[in-house]
Amino acid sequence: MPLIGPLVFMKTPEGIAFEEQVVLSLKNGEKRIGNVIKLSEEITTIQVYEGTSGISTTDIKTEFIGKPLMLKLAPTMLGRVFNGVGEAIDGLEEIGYVLERDINSKPMNPVARKYPRNYIETGISTIDGLMTLIRGQKLPIFSGSGINHNELTERIIRQANINDEGDFAIVFGLMGAEYETAQFFRKNFEENNVLSKVVMFQNLSNDSSIERLLTPKIALTCAEYLAFDLGMQVLVILTDMTSYAESLREIATLKEEIPSRKGYPGYLYSDFASIYERAGMLKNSQGSITQLPILTMPNDDIAHPIPDITGYITEGQIVLSRELYQRGIIPPINILDSLSRLMKDGIGREYTRENHVKIADKIFATYSKAQEARALAKVLGEADLTEEDKKYLEFGNRFENEFVSQGLYERRTMSQTLDLAEQLLGGLNT
Amino acid sequence: MQKKNIVSINGSVILAKGDGDFAMHDIVQIGELKLLGEVIKLEQDGATIQVYENTTGLQIGEEVIGKEEPLSVILGPGIVGNIFDGIERPLKTLEEISGNFIERGIDCIGVDLQKKWHFVPSLKIGDKVHLNTVIGTVKETELITNKIMCPFDLEAEIIEIKPEGDYVVKDGIAKIKNAENEIFEITMIQKWPVRQGRPYQERLVAKELLVTGQRVIDTFFPIAKGGTAMLPGGFGTGKTMLQHQLAKWSDSDLIVYIGCGERGNEITEVLEDFPNIIDPKTKKSLMERTVLIANTSNMPVAAREASIYTGITIAEYYRDMGYHVAVMADSTSRWAEALREISGRLEEMPAEEGFPSYLPSRLSEFYGRAGVVESFNGKVGSISIIGAVSPQGSDFSEPVTQNTKRFVHTFWALARELAYSRHYPAVDWNISYSEYISELQDWYEEKVDIEFLDCRQEILKILEEENKLLEIARVIGQDILSDHKKLILQVSKAFRVGFLQQSAMHEIDTFVPVKKQYEMMKTILLIYERAWGLIEKGIPISEIMATRYFSRI
Repeated sequence: MPLIGPLVFMKTPEGIAFEEQVVLSLKNGEKRIGNVIKLSEEITTIQVYEGTSGISTTDIKTEFIGKPLMLKLAPTMLGRVFNGVGEAIDGLEEIGYVLERDINSKPMNPVARKYPRNYIETGISTIDGLMTLIRGQKLPIFSGSGINHNELTERIIRQANINDEGDFAIVFGLMGAEYETAQFFRKNFEENNVLSKVVMFQNLSNDSSIERLLTPKIALTCAEYLAFDLGMQVLVILTDMTSYAESLREIATLKEEIPSRKGYPGYLYSDFASIYERAGMLKNSQGSITQLPILTMPNDDIAHPIPDITGYITEGQIVLSRELYQRGIIPPINILDSLSRLMKDGIGREYTRENHVKIADKIFATYSKAQEARALAKVLGEADLTEEDKKYLEFGNRFENEFVSQGLYERRTMSQTLDLAEQLLGGLNT
Repeated sequence: MQKKNIVSINGSVILAKGDGDFAMHDIVQIGELKLLGEVIKLEQDGATIQVYENTTGLQIGEEVIGKEEPLSVILGPGIVGNIFDGIERPLKTLEEISGNFIERGIDCIGVDLQKKWHFVPSLKIGDKVHLNTVIGTVKETELITNKIMCPFDLEAEIIEIKPEGDYVVKDGIAKIKNAENEIFEITMIQKWPVRQGRPYQERLVAKELLVTGQRVIDTFFPIAKGGTAMLPGGFGTGKTMLQHQLAKWSDSDLIVYIGCGERGNEITEVLEDFPNIIDPKTKKSLMERTVLIANTSNMPVAAREASIYTGITIAEYYRDMGYHVAVMADSTSRWAEALREISGRLEEMPAEEGFPSYLPSRLSEFYGRAGVVESFNGKVGSISIIGAVSPQGSDFSEPVTQNTKRFVHTFWALARELAYSRHYPAVDWNISYSEYISELQDWYEEKVDIEFLDCRQEILKILEEENKLLEIARVIGQDILSDHKKLILQVSKAFRVGFLQQSAMHEIDTFVPVKKQYEMMKTILLIYERAWGLIEKGIPISEIMATRYFSRI
């Protein structure tokens, strides 16, 4: 029975099914889970989620469960912390699970979907005002290495809320995170008393990389239960999708698959879609799943397959800027590269304010002019700009310092955000 | 019954061996769940099969049953206004059977077998029929009259035909007899293999404009009815938005919209929007002339590969009735990726970027099914194909964009810079092109104005000039340019903002008739000429600008 990385190759037993769950029992009594990823008459390939270290080629028992990987679910999962394969690790009381579900959900029927309306308030002006997060939307954050997006993530989890009655919950999937990062989140959740509305799944960087492939699926299975069984408004935050994609590449290479772009497997698009498309709303359910995946752009390159493919599937993107970050503007959101495609349908008179769309358009147009003026000033010098350009320049600076920048703890309501935007624009017309 | 057994499973691709005799591209039923698959490779006794549904739970040794026919669609009344998955299963029926999420192994067909249609015969006993002869008609929707055509390729005469009345699609509505005295029964439905184009009498030259009401398209980079166009653009450049605009406003009789590997929410938007949009020409709801095919990105990849063919076959069926059909494929890159994914699982030798080497030939086969044709029943119909392309990394040199470019005649490049500065539609006039101008010359001259193409040329020249001037100005500053040159910059700016940009949200601006497009062009050119004259007389440009004619445009 050969072993390569996290893969176990064994002689095909009778009656085994594709993608069936397998429990491997080690000599020392330890149990690991895996599933069948390739099946032929002679050889069965099993990927072991918790890694193969310690497994020998003999002396191992395999037990086939007869069904694919399932996640146990219960309403009391809220407020708890789980590992990347869905086992509680916070040492609190046993959870009385009420049912279990296949973690590979079936595709949502497009005619059963409800078009996303209404929004989730994050308390961050740039997001709420200019790229509003709509319930049922998938809106990723594109970050770069070294830009501290964990602060932003923690803050969104702390501040996010909905503006009407209805239960709000956050499912937080952490993939390939450093131990410190995981601790940072847990500590902050406890300190700020937000854990009660969060279900956290954490896969650490020293956990098996293949386990990472399960974490988003597990998080989303939990989210689907909260949203469509219990009718909650669920925000799913997945970080970091880049770690996930790297694990996917690792496994694909081990399976000797033909690579496509940058060594990633040809099915990266379909695989990402199977995660991102699990956001949405259903006609016959109160609940919603909104996704905010976070990824690190390798080398800040937005054309890299990971952000590129993500951008093609998701409904917009929030791009962080290294330049703003270095200037100490927190959160460092580059509004011109960012976009929320569904925004127009979830704001306005019914949800936020009648002139919200107008204000947002005006800000984009004006800030884009401010950037032009800046480029001009670099060549000509500020003194030689026309009066008009100087005004734009000033707007640009004020906008970044007063609107974009809001430090770590300032939380603005939607109406404060819109007032501020109007005030900044008003200064321009005089 | 032809049978084989599964010997290996790898994602959506399985291998089956055994005595059963399968033919290439035959449809098979797999295992207890009766999953649908298609034979894509045949060896001695083994058949490689791509499965249209998720293969989780399949076992070695399970039966694979050959259906002894290629992947086909059912054609008949009930298709228009409906929404299907990639293999023509109506999504509403799937919802009734399996609820919010699509279960596997559901066998249902594209048309409603119970619904009664009002059939009106057009022939009588003794009339001669051959392939595609119209036997009678059925009012399918408010806008589409389905012409029931003879599905057999033979020479025969009618020996029996039902009188006007209500029938279900499977009722025999006529019997025909050929020279050998064989009798065939005709129903309102027929089956057609999707990978095979429907035959026609003669291919004709495309010379009529597909009016879209979008200025940058109709005026600058037009597509003819029966033509092909591609729409490449990175994410966020508004491909889908423009596709929706074209689906809403183009003057085709029928739209086949293929959502191929795209977002579920976008399909929902179409489903919510289209029924409420009233077609300006007919005053009826858009759904009355739309067929939707939705195989979203998370639905099975093999069905995504098939969705393009399902769509174009449905389009050909209505073309044969004499309709002008526009096929919107959003996005062909996802279809190409499905090819790549399946090819990878077959462990085929990849060509560029992992795409299989047969990508170009598949693309050319698909776009080759567009065109204006005279059908065997003498009616003239057309299929125009507008394919969105999502280039990897927004790089137009990638294989799907480059190969598609070889087979289409209109190229609408969407530019990220334009989209980011909120210039919509973000069609980049510097690199887009249309090869239909000479074919459409007569149309423009007859239907719009004899000077239309001259105006178009003039403006293209100004925009080209602007491009050069902007480069110069970037280096030496605008102030140094002569007043004439500054005027060119001003005019082109007015033109960009006032003509090329067009709001899809604005009630009037969303669709502009070609005649009005021409008048708008004329107006801007008139001001340009007047201003040019004034500068000749020595009046400085600042004074001309002060009149604010330009900003008023």
